[in-house]
Amino acid sequence: MNVEAVKSIYMFEMARMRRTILQSVISPVITTSLYFIVFGTAIGSRIQTVEGVSYGAFITPGLIMLTLLTQCIGNGSIGIYFPKFTGTIYEILSAPVSMTEILLGYVGAAATKGLLIGLIILATASFFVDVRIAHPFMMAVFLVLTAVTFSLFGFIIGVWARNFEQLNIVPMLVVPPLTFLGGSFYSINMLPPFWQTVSHFNPVLYLVSGFRWSFYEIADVNPVVSLGMIGLFLLICLSVIGWIFKTGYRLRS
Amino acid sequence: MDYIWGCLRKSVLQKKISMTPIVSVRKLTKTYGNGFEALKGVDLDIEEGEILALLGPNGAGKTTLISIICGIVNPSSGTVLVQGNDVVRDFRKTRALIGLVPQELTTDQFETVWNTVRFSRGVYGCKPNPDLIERVLKDLSLWSKKDNMIRELSGGMKRRVLIAKALSHEPRVLFLDEPTAGVDVNLRREMWQVVEKLRESGVTIILTTHYIEEAEEIADRVGVINGGELLLLEDKKTLMKKLGRKQLRLELTEPLAALPPSLEPFNLVLSDDRMALMHEYHGEEAQGSVPALLNALTRENIHFRDLSTRQSSLEDIFVALVGEKA
Repeated sequence: MNVEAVKSIYMFEMARMRRTILQSVISPVITTSLYFIVFGTAIGSRIQTVEGVSYGAFITPGLIMLTLLTQCIGNGSIGIYFPKFTGTIYEILSAPVSMTEILLGYVGAAATKGLLIGLIILATASFFVDVRIAHPFMMAVFLVLTAVTFSLFGFIIGVWARNFEQLNIVPMLVVPPLTFLGGSFYSINMLPPFWQTVSHFNPVLYLVSGFRWSFYEIADVNPVVSLGMIGLFLLICLSVIGWIFKTGYRLRS
Repeated sequence: MDYIWGCLRKSVLQKKISMTPIVSVRKLTKTYGNGFEALKGVDLDIEEGEILALLGPNGAGKTTLISIICGIVNPSSGTVLVQGNDVVRDFRKTRALIGLVPQELTTDQFETVWNTVRFSRGVYGCKPNPDLIERVLKDLSLWSKKDNMIRELSGGMKRRVLIAKALSHEPRVLFLDEPTAGVDVNLRREMWQVVEKLRESGVTIILTTHYIEEAEEIADRVGVINGGELLLLEDKKTLMKKLGRKQLRLELTEPLAALPPSLEPFNLVLSDDRMALMHEYHGEEAQGSVPALLNALTRENIHFRDLSTRQSSLEDIFVALVGEKA
């Protein structure tokens, strides 16, 4: 195991975050605060509670998930896409590192960034609403597993993308609708039965529901099922990456 | 007896050297996904400590060959050994021995020189060594720029940053892919000095170029690649001697009406203004025809006021070779 290489890639990626601190840290905090002001305060004051939890507190796990998914996919994809775009990837491909070490460096950094921002948003939320966490350990498990899984997913997108449009299409066009329709801002029990069924095909529902359960012990689907689904996504991502590494797909001709 | 002994010793020495090439390429082929055959069975041994120039037009397969040795491209068939280690199976060992300076100026524009070189050393699995990086940067006259962002540097400096990155893990073999493409004359000279200095430090250097002048100036051996095949691999001096024709030009004091019959064996050409004689001969010939020719001219009472010789350059050799096969 080339530990120095993993460390170097990880630190290099984290340095990128320090350089772009406004964009990577401040901007999600501002966006989340706006959500709280608009949804939590303005609209939430008319909704009162959802399943016994104040609306502002109810949407907190969903908001964290929304940002976590966007950040992890974004960071995971840009980390590997950028060297491909500038050509500096030659160095990583010609270095004595295995694909697993490359993955650990890039995905580790992307997941760390995502987790940090998730925690910052949690802290921000606690200024606006009364957040309580019923199962802190399970909360951490959901958070870490989601961060790792979607950083891996981002890595796949970064390897696949040939231009910036392809790179941004998933975080910009796919993640927000799935998150909004995945019960981030409402309980799917509020929906007509048909749409409840449709919602079960939305993978983000399982993430948000399980994560919210760890806070308030209320869930749209059984938390064990949620955990199983995250495990399944993780396995799918790992298999795709395994295939990429075996074939050298769009990395090594 | 001494002569035979000398020859024997020489051949043993040569054998000893050629038995342990630092890079050994065998029957290497590469066909890309789109069906393009970039390499068609290349065999090549690179000796430790030499400067080898791979010469060839654009698209000849030079970069593909280098990329396979460095591990960026997977070979279709054939083997590459670096100090006896296979580049695919023992990639950790081989890649640690190799440094690569790519053709394009691909750098992290927003990083500082220091950070990017430090990163390179880390990715190659070496523990941080600020003293070594300082020495490398100083050797390449980059020390004063160590805290500058790369995008602030000139093209020549960026090229040297890439060299510094490639040297940060103390490789034994350095590949320079078109080190002076699109570089002005002064910078090219500077680059040659850098290469010479590296060789003195014991690093084996393989450079690709399509500037013949470059190969002629700095290489020990020259390989010519075209159409995915290594057409020729030869010691530069031997090559120039073997293939290099020399031309002697004599400027006459007065016009010569016709060549006297006694000069016919010399294969002379009289210039159109009849004021010059041209004589082509082979640079390899030990007992050249030149002294005999000059004696013959004296006998014929033909006087000349000036003479010049010209040796055909690698360029002529190259054009002849590539043209032949095309």
